[in-house]
Amino acid sequence: MSVPSGAPAEPFLELTAQVRRREFALDLSLTVARGEIVAVLGPNGAGKSTLLGVLAGLLRPDTGRVVLGGRTLTDTAAGVHVPTHRRGVGLLAQQALLFPHLSALANVAFGPRCHGVPRAAAAQRARELLVEVDVGELARRRPSQLSGGQAQRVALARALAGEPELLLLDEPLAALDIDSAPALRALLRRVVRGPGSAGVAGSGVAGSGVAGSRRDRAAPSTTALLVTHDVLDALVLADRVVVLTGGRIVEQGSTRDVLTRPRSPFAARIAGLNLVPGVGVPGGLRTEDGTMVSGQRSADGLAPGMAAVAVFPPAAVAVYRDRPDGSPRNVVQVRLAGMEPRGEVVRLRAEPVDGGPAWVTGLAADVTPAAVADLGAAEPLAPGVRLWYSVKATEVKVHPAAR
Amino acid sequence: MTGPLAPGRAAARDSRRADRSGPDRTRPGRRWSGRRPESDDRHTVAVGLPVALWVPAVLGFLLIALPVLGMILRADLRRLPELVTSDAALTALRLSVETAAVSTLLCLLFGGPLAAVLARSRSTVVRLARPVVLLPLVLPPVVGGLALLYTLGRTGPAGRLLELWFGVTVPFTTAAVVLAQTFVSMPFLVVSLEGALRTAGERYEAVAATLGAPPFTAFRRVTVPLVLPGLGSGLVLAFARALGEFGATVSFAGSLQGTTQTLPLLVYQEREVDTDGAIALSLVLVVVAVVVIAVARPRVAEGLR
Repeated sequence: MSVPSGAPAEPFLELTAQVRRREFALDLSLTVARGEIVAVLGPNGAGKSTLLGVLAGLLRPDTGRVVLGGRTLTDTAAGVHVPTHRRGVGLLAQQALLFPHLSALANVAFGPRCHGVPRAAAAQRARELLVEVDVGELARRRPSQLSGGQAQRVALARALAGEPELLLLDEPLAALDIDSAPALRALLRRVVRGPGSAGVAGSGVAGSGVAGSRRDRAAPSTTALLVTHDVLDALVLADRVVVLTGGRIVEQGSTRDVLTRPRSPFAARIAGLNLVPGVGVPGGLRTEDGTMVSGQRSADGLAPGMAAVAVFPPAAVAVYRDRPDGSPRNVVQVRLAGMEPRGEVVRLRAEPVDGGPAWVTGLAADVTPAAVADLGAAEPLAPGVRLWYSVKATEVKVHPAAR
Repeated sequence: MTGPLAPGRAAARDSRRADRSGPDRTRPGRRWSGRRPESDDRHTVAVGLPVALWVPAVLGFLLIALPVLGMILRADLRRLPELVTSDAALTALRLSVETAAVSTLLCLLFGGPLAAVLARSRSTVVRLARPVVLLPLVLPPVVGGLALLYTLGRTGPAGRLLELWFGVTVPFTTAAVVLAQTFVSMPFLVVSLEGALRTAGERYEAVAATLGAPPFTAFRRVTVPLVLPGLGSGLVLAFARALGEFGATVSFAGSLQGTTQTLPLLVYQEREVDTDGAIALSLVLVVVAVVVIAVARPRVAEGLR
């Protein structure tokens, strides 16, 4: 595995864990620097929730060690398992899970009260945090009187109120409707990434909007682990991305690197890119079945014979009914597996033709609706129809693959 | 080109929009009044109710409702006040209410924690012990009373120790009435509360723990408020069951006026000697039952959420 470029200098959180369950096994080690926000991406069943459970102390790993800020929270070898309430690990889950019998204010004051903060001071702190997350006027409401977005804001304030050393964000935007998710994402960026966990909004940072930009902050802020399946969350919030598949880390690096040069099929798919695995050869890559994929070698040290991946965006794929002649180097016959509308384009997904190469499975081609109509002129375009995919070699980037 | 740049632009756009829109819209017209807005059911079709079910359903309802009606018709309404306020009746009524109240309290003190253990513990022993708790629900109460008698009676293992160490004899005392009632009514509370605990789940407790709440704080401030409706209906059921207890009481505590003769026992004793009196007292029990259902049930069923 290659050394991740965004690797932390001094680990604040160190985790190694093996959890064997009936259907899968989690086996990974991970370090996070103080103030760093790491996005954990992965398909369903990859072990993301298990990972969070181990960190929060809700799950005991079969073997493993969790050290947070110099405190050993879990050490199976030494029989250490610090209970959840003494870990200083906060959690914001997909559902807000506000205590239904308490007002918004009392929900937020719950954490400080548990830490022995006097009632009045806890209420004051809760009020400030509610203002911080833009729902100051809803302090007296019950959770049943809040919309999903409002409830999630209160839940965020509640999680921050305990001043956790580590904040676990478990798909915090997944259950929100499309109107409130962007607003909360921006809020999360402001309060979790901003200087100081609950300080002034970091407008300078938030305004840059550049994917994967490193923060330069004087004071270390919230350290967080963000589980998500939305590439936007990772782009907007995370310094570093860890891709989890089948209970193992298959890829990690700075958000920008992983999303622009994905090396695992999952990362490529969520980044909206096509990915073909193979072995590097001069001028491109050779797939397992011997197909040559021509492309541009990336600048990250790919040598012939190394495991490699060819990456290209769906918009770079041209689609034909009959085998095209001309300059494109890469032409492959596929069968249409499905069509999905994507804004102004239609995404065609491929599956192998009988006896054809298997790596075309899932390859996406973005075409205009007009092109779809043209392609369907002779025979309607429907799943099962044979098509030709063609990609110019200049659109294909070949990266070394982590294996 | 799609790819990483496009989501980046989308993110910037989203955050701008978010800054402008500010907090989420408040739902219009939703004011807190302590209860859910009533749904308008008039136009909704009852899908999933075959017409054929109506006949047995009505018959079943009549089987429950008609006997009560029959008893009311048979009652001598003119003599009712006099019969109900007789010394024996008032003594039995007071004893019934007092013992039922005490046994309901015992159900809460012991059955509440028992329900929590049954619902939350992952121990195999607890899982195996669970069916035992349900035993009084399926056991004939008379058998339960006998079981109590042979355990706590003079010859029973526990009874002998009690007498030896404390000089206490339990059977045929008011304490025996309370124990018999607690024995039969505790499962009602446990089952109802355990169901509420399982429905509430452990998610809120996990959240409380991540906020720094030690287990007992989480139990007191999160778990208990969440299951209050279930606890309420469990207590009502337990109280009603204790009030109507007959079999276990008669076999373990006997029927001594003023000490162990509760209202159901008095009704049974009077049924041939003084039929009118027995019917009048029965009506008292019906009224108490109706009050329990009418007053307590909707409140506990509606609950907090």
